[in-house]
Amino acid sequence: MSYTFTVSPDFSPNYLAGWYIFNTWLQIQTGEAIHFELYDDFQAQRTAIQANQIDLIYANPFDAAMLVREKGFLPLVKAEGISDEAIIAVNANNPVEDVAQLSTGIRVAVTEDPDVHMIGMIMLEAGDLDASNIQTCFCNNHILIVKNLIQDKVDVGIFLAKAFDDLSNLTKKQLKILVRSQISVIHHSLMISPKLAERRTEIQALLLSMNNDDKGKNVLNSLGFNAWAKVEDEEMEFMIDLMDTLII
Amino acid sequence: MLQDMQLENIVGEYKEVTLNLYGSIPRKIYYTDIETPYPDGKLIVSTTDKAGIITHVNQSFVEMSGYREEELINAPHSILRHPDMPAVAFKDLWDTVNKGAKWQGIVKNLRKDGGYYWVKATVIPNIRNGQVVGYTSVRRKPSRTKVNECIQLYPTLF
Repeated sequence: MSYTFTVSPDFSPNYLAGWYIFNTWLQIQTGEAIHFELYDDFQAQRTAIQANQIDLIYANPFDAAMLVREKGFLPLVKAEGISDEAIIAVNANNPVEDVAQLSTGIRVAVTEDPDVHMIGMIMLEAGDLDASNIQTCFCNNHILIVKNLIQDKVDVGIFLAKAFDDLSNLTKKQLKILVRSQISVIHHSLMISPKLAERRTEIQALLLSMNNDDKGKNVLNSLGFNAWAKVEDEEMEFMIDLMDTLII
Repeated sequence: MLQDMQLENIVGEYKEVTLNLYGSIPRKIYYTDIETPYPDGKLIVSTTDKAGIITHVNQSFVEMSGYREEELINAPHSILRHPDMPAVAFKDLWDTVNKGAKWQGIVKNLRKDGGYYWVKATVIPNIRNGQVVGYTSVRRKPSRTKVNECIQLYPTLF
């Protein structure tokens, strides 16, 4: 039997090779044929999930409710010490220092990443801004948000904090952070479909011990983190409830 | 059981009032005019059981409320109840979540030191295996416009 593994389309291109390497590692460790499938956008991935075509997924927290509560997916692990945080930034020359000083009608650049978009909008809400009184400009990646900000084609950019932090110092000097989220409990998770439920404990153990040997460590490093941490069912339910309170 | 506020914890000039929580439980409140601004980018998160007893708080809750975590766990959520909040707001909250729906509102919360902070609160029931087992409340920074509207509105609801 063959299984299909996919990754939330918001992954950083820097880690594309890493996910292929991880998939190979997973096949060797589990002894299963696992096909790695990437989707161009969240909608295409959601369609595949609805059609029961996905067996393993490194999922965006925005999709966790659908995966767990509608499709019966089970959480395995999350990247240790990594949570999804967002940054609201403007051009460094912009005199605005606080979200409360932003005006209605501003142009806000954002990627399709749904949880970062949501966290960003929550932070803009404190300035009386919402989808109805801003112009949302969707960009294919965070580099395009930077470009639009620097060229004054947009007024505000919403970034995944990690993506912003990884920008070069030269680029960061041309931007100004207005606010950075500090939520800590929203994170991507690796999950399995009910088809693999019987092997949950075994796969979880493999992942949790992955950082104990050099080969596993190298694979993890190619994904941008050092170890997996276990996600309990109730932790996932808590995050789903939390996301539910945040969806505007 | 919710204890009266303690004068030694109060910072600044205060007023005194006794609130009847849940319509029957009296609690002596000391409150001041000192506002603690909501911190940018943070969420205040707590969960309660079905009776409104706190079972979990995050660090932002601890910092903003002024209580220690061990003082909050097993305390009624009404430990935050400010005398300027009209009872009708909380009735609406409970009526809404008891129907299984999400409640949102702007709330003035009382700190241990008698001060206050405004939040935009969202409360949802936690449903496990089809049963409500408790509630999650998440607070975020409210806009000043919304707060100012509530400062005008709430006194009219008593």
